[in-house]
Amino acid sequence: MKLITAVVKPHRLDEIKEALQAFGVHGLTVTEASGYGRQRGHTEVYRGAEYTVDLVPKIRIEVLVEDADAEQLIDVVVKAARTGKIGDGKVWSLPVDTAVRVRTGERGPDAL
Amino acid sequence: MAPAIMTLAADAPKLDSGSTAFMLISAALVMVMTPGLAFFYGGMVRVKSALNMLMMSFISLGIITVLWTLYGFSFAFGSGNGFMGGTHWFGMRHIGIGELWPGYGIPVYVFAVFQLMFAIITPALISGALADRVKFTAWSLFITLWATVVYFPVAHWVWASDGWLFKKGVIDFAGGTAVHINAGAAALGVILVIGKRKGFKRDPMRPHNLPLVMLGCGLLWFGWFGFNAGSWLGSDGVAAVAFTNTQVATAAAMLGWLIYERLRHGSFTTLGAASGAVSGLVAVTPACGSISPLGAILLGLVTGVICAAAVGLKYRFNYDDSLDVVGVHMVGGIVGSLSIGFLATGGVGQTAKGVFYGGGWHQLGLQFIGVGAVLGYSLVCAVVLAKLIDLVMGFRVTEDEEITGVDQVLHAETAYDFAGVGGARSAADPAATSSEAGASPVKKVDA
Repeated sequence: MKLITAVVKPHRLDEIKEALQAFGVHGLTVTEASGYGRQRGHTEVYRGAEYTVDLVPKIRIEVLVEDADAEQLIDVVVKAARTGKIGDGKVWSLPVDTAVRVRTGERGPDAL
Repeated sequence: MAPAIMTLAADAPKLDSGSTAFMLISAALVMVMTPGLAFFYGGMVRVKSALNMLMMSFISLGIITVLWTLYGFSFAFGSGNGFMGGTHWFGMRHIGIGELWPGYGIPVYVFAVFQLMFAIITPALISGALADRVKFTAWSLFITLWATVVYFPVAHWVWASDGWLFKKGVIDFAGGTAVHINAGAAALGVILVIGKRKGFKRDPMRPHNLPLVMLGCGLLWFGWFGFNAGSWLGSDGVAAVAFTNTQVATAAAMLGWLIYERLRHGSFTTLGAASGAVSGLVAVTPACGSISPLGAILLGLVTGVICAAAVGLKYRFNYDDSLDVVGVHMVGGIVGSLSIGFLATGGVGQTAKGVFYGGGWHQLGLQFIGVGAVLGYSLVCAVVLAKLIDLVMGFRVTEDEEITGVDQVLHAETAYDFAGVGGARSAADPAATSSEAGASPVKKVDA
């Protein structure tokens, strides 16, 4: 199995969810996150004082998939997340030893 | 407070129930300005000191009310000399229920409670300059001493019929000098003693809740009608003009600030709108009984622009006026007080005319004296008092406590608990407390 993690722009979340559902993913985890890459934050002004806010709001999406689906799923996420502008985010995958469905105790791919 | 009406004193007015009702309502309106100020300031600080900022205003409602009853009203408005009232009204014991304020149709009690609300908000205004970093006990002691040594006497100078500035002919309709310059100068004095917040100019110190700032601004604006129109001490045409000018100058100042920051920094900000409105309220305070609505537009626009520029000075001169008490209240108060020397029409509540209405430079000179006297006295006293408190007990919290946040350290509370799983345990749950009784994360400190 693989854990696919995507840190992307918050407003792309709906597109990504729909694309993943269409692909056949049954579940995912979403976390509000903040961070920066090459985008390097933005500027805010309070009573004339400029602040550089370098941590930008992001969404972190995590999905467990079978090895065979991993590459294709990454493409699906990347396509749905892309706006073409700087700050679109990153997607990566990691190998996963095991997974358990808590309700039934099923293990491995059956638990997905 | 207004010289023109003194001519009526000989007629020995009877109780005017319309004016009395209006003044009681005005007193309540001015009272709500202090919670309004608390939210205006409270939204502007970082999340870790939001409650402390609210408390610094609320404690003024507690302390100053008691002081006012014990001796404040007597020192401010009892008959004494040109500099201070006497002791006759100590404890408010010798005020007759039916006794009228000399020359007016309202009871002394009504005047006393109306003026109490001014005495409460003035020290509270100072708190914005001291955000995030002072002990609550030190602050409480400071406002006790400052009200006694500075506010009560200065209110006497400016508003009592035997006050030396009043007798000179200095015009301060509702508190440009006694409230705003007074508080702004004191704020400057204290921050010169206690110094900057840790990380000033280095760390971002963004307002944690701008909607709260807007709410506070709205309450201030609303309450200010009582503050300004009520200062006429009667409900008639002059009170209505003061009311109108308050609205007009505030609106114009909001526009002035917004236009300035749009041109200078590129955006119309909510903080700019709120700040501009408050700067206009400040500036029109001394002038609202002397100028015309057109004059109020001019005053508002000028004030909005000047104050928007003035709040940047702290970065240039490197003093941490955290929430711009100096830039908005002192500068706004000066602009408003001096504006009377130009814009007084002579035809509203006061007969004095400004430069633009053929009155020459005389009134402007008087206004300079009023501004200078109050600014100088308050600044010097604040420096001395703050230094004294700092020597005796330390004005500031420690560096660690400042970083942790004064809400937790001084008040043992958190402003917002959105998480629900934030790790808070109930002290009522013995299992939770006994296991870590010796390892409480928040050290008990001398607040």
